[in-house]
Parts: sequence; structure tokens; C-alpha cells
Amino acid sequence: MSASDVRDVIIIGSGPAGLTAAVYTARANLSPLIIEGEPSSMSDQPGGQLMLTTEVENFPGFPEGIMGPELMMNMRAQAIRFGAEVLTEKVTKVDFSARPFGVWIGDPDASEPTFRGQSIIVSTGARSLMLGLENEYRLIGHGVSTCATCDGFFFRGHHIAVVGGGDSAVEEATFLTKFADTVTIIHRRDELRASKIMQDRALNNPKIKFLWNSTVTKVNGDTSLSGIDVQHLPSGETTTHPFTGLFVAIGHKPNTDLFAGQLDMLPSGYLITAPGSTRTNVDGVFACGDVQDSIYRQAITAAGSGCMAAIDAERWLEATLH
Amino acid sequence: MSASISTLTESTFDEEVGAASEPVLVDFWAEWCGPCKMIAPILDEIADEQAGKVRIAKLNVDENPGIARRFEVMSIPTLILFKDGEPAQRIVGAKGKAQLLADITPHL
Repeated sequence: MSASDVRDVIIIGSGPAGLTAAVYTARANLSPLIIEGEPSSMSDQPGGQLMLTTEVENFPGFPEGIMGPELMMNMRAQAIRFGAEVLTEKVTKVDFSARPFGVWIGDPDASEPTFRGQSIIVSTGARSLMLGLENEYRLIGHGVSTCATCDGFFFRGHHIAVVGGGDSAVEEATFLTKFADTVTIIHRRDELRASKIMQDRALNNPKIKFLWNSTVTKVNGDTSLSGIDVQHLPSGETTTHPFTGLFVAIGHKPNTDLFAGQLDMLPSGYLITAPGSTRTNVDGVFACGDVQDSIYRQAITAAGSGCMAAIDAERWLEATLH
Repeated sequence: MSASISTLTESTFDEEVGAASEPVLVDFWAEWCGPCKMIAPILDEIADEQAGKVRIAKLNVDENPGIARRFEVMSIPTLILFKDGEPAQRIVGAKGKAQLLADITPHL
């Protein structure tokens, strides 16, 4: 056997799913190691997608709502209180072909893994999709933003746009009206996908305008965003709008590149778990949260499945090692 | 927060950044910014490990919007490395420790 550090439970990812799994496995005296990822302003990061959100109003137990980052800091502190160890690093490779499983941080070509785990809980979540247009990445931080909470403040008095029609897009647009003069929601369809309460809020907000059946075709700007080209899909007509801020909320992609060829996944990249459980196709590897959920994708469902993964892992360890 | 990190305001910014004998890495941040909180512990480590080579200072954009505007900060966290009082390197968005060190080391 190698000299790698062997743990009972290694949790990869630290959103609501991973941290709930950590609280449960820590309380079961399994001393989980959470590899939480590296800071990033995109959505693949410690604390998960809630780190980039504002007020969370639908997480039970907070009648007045709670800020997303604060909720995540609380979950992290709760896991640490019961003995979970947190490592702020990115996993660069896994080997699930033999037990204990190998997990690498740093150089993925190193001959020995950094850690080995008797069981692994995968909770790497999902990241926001970008439009994939020229100039888009270059103008991040110069008008194009991936974080409404972080950057809304800088658009006081501006006319800005949000692309998307789901809950995140509508929530961001509503939040951004605190700062911007107008927020235009650009959506491919003629109705929103967002929940009824979010829709009502947006439709009744005088600062929110809509460009229906429309898609962004070009992002303009030299040193900062100067405008975007929008195509009206039914007519094919393209118009230029002088927005100085652009927030993209068009959906998510699961963070599963790391597991390609080792864990079964859907063509969309979501991990496949056995119905009613968090078991993956590899015995001893469990998956929870958005990485295996393309349907609900809520903080509370992620936390719930994190609890399931912890209990599944605990029982599996009990049956396998003892 | 590391004891070697200072807090800048609109009234102290020019004096502290301009008069510093070593480069100053200014962290433009705010209380409501999640990614800013994620990188805070990393900046603490860098402040201690690179003491004497770089000084780290924090500027709250909520309380000091004028400075943020002056350096065209439109996204936080933004880190700007000042050398002899002039911006030498700008890092937008949260990054890991290795990447931050790789970005600033050539200027130290």
C-alpha cells in the first residue's frame, strides 16, 4: 500500500450537499475530509452557487431570509465544529478503480494520490453557463458579470441586462433594480420559467423591462462593455442596445469532467445514482446535490441528498470494513 | 485578519499606497461579496509569508466608492498591485493562492 493519507470519508465539493454530508459523517465520528475547491468568481467554488447569491428566502428555519454566503459559512462552521477537516484545494484527479480510492490535489501526474478514501462523497455541484460569445470572458469585471451580489453595487444609475428566464435570472434582475435605473431581461421564449412568486415580483417591478423571444448575438466593448446586439428570433432582426452591464443566468452544467470514464453519467453530464439512494455505479462512491440532480436543484434538496449520502456512506463503511 | 494587513480609506489611500517602500496589493472588497470572503484567508497567509516583499491592504468599496471609481473597479473582489503608487497588476475575481502568487510575484 502507498504512503497516502487514508480517510474513511472524503467529500469533494462544499455546497449545501457536501457540507450537510460533512455534518452528518462528522457527527458519526467518521472525521470526514472536505476538499472544498479553490476560490473562483465563476460558480465552481468553495460554498457552491449560494456564494454568488443574495437573499435566500426559501431555506426553512430562516423566517426573515438569510444571505447565501452567510448560510454557507454557517454550514461550514457547523461541519468543522463536529470535527470535519476542510482543505481549500481543487481535486485534480481521482482513481475509483481500486479501494481505497485515490484523490489527487496539485499535480495530477504524481504517481501517488494525495489522499485515499475508503468511501467518497461527490458533491461538486454545477456551474453557471456563459453565452460563449467573443469578448464575453475578456469583459468579465468590465461590465460583464457572473455575480450580481458582488457587482450590482457598481451599476448604480446604469441601464443593464440580465440574460435568462429561470429563477436565477429573475432573482438577479429583481436584486439589480436596487442599483440600476433599468434592468432588461432578455429571454429566448415568450414567458418566464421562474417560479410564480419570482415572476410576479419581476412583472410588477417598474424598473424591469423585457425583450421576449430574443437572444444575445454579440457583446460589444473595448475596455468596458458598451452594448450588446440582440436578435429577435421570430423576425430575425438584430438591434444594438447600449447596456453597460450584462449578467448571464442561462442555466447550469454539472461539474463532472473529473469523473469522466469512471462514474456513469447522463449525456448532459449529470451523475447517475441508483433510484432512492445516492449510490453511483462504483461501490463506495456516493453522489449528492446538483451534480446528480437536473430536476430540483435547490439548496434544500441538495442538503437533503447530502444527508442521504452521509447515511449511505456510513452504512456502507459499517458493512464493508467491519 | 492578519496583523500585517492594513485598512485603507479615501483619506489615507494616497499617502499609504504612494509612500510605501514595498509594493502594495490592495483588496477591493465589501461585506456582501461572498467570493471576497473566500479569498480573505488566502490574503492573510500571503501577508504573513511575503512580509517585507509586499504589503496587503484592504479597501471597503461600500465605504470608499470614490477610490473604487477612480481605479474603475466594476467587479469585486478586485486586487490591484501598486508599485511606487502606480497600478502594476490587476486581478479581477477570486483565485486560488497559487494563481494569486503567480500573478503578483513577477512584480515583487
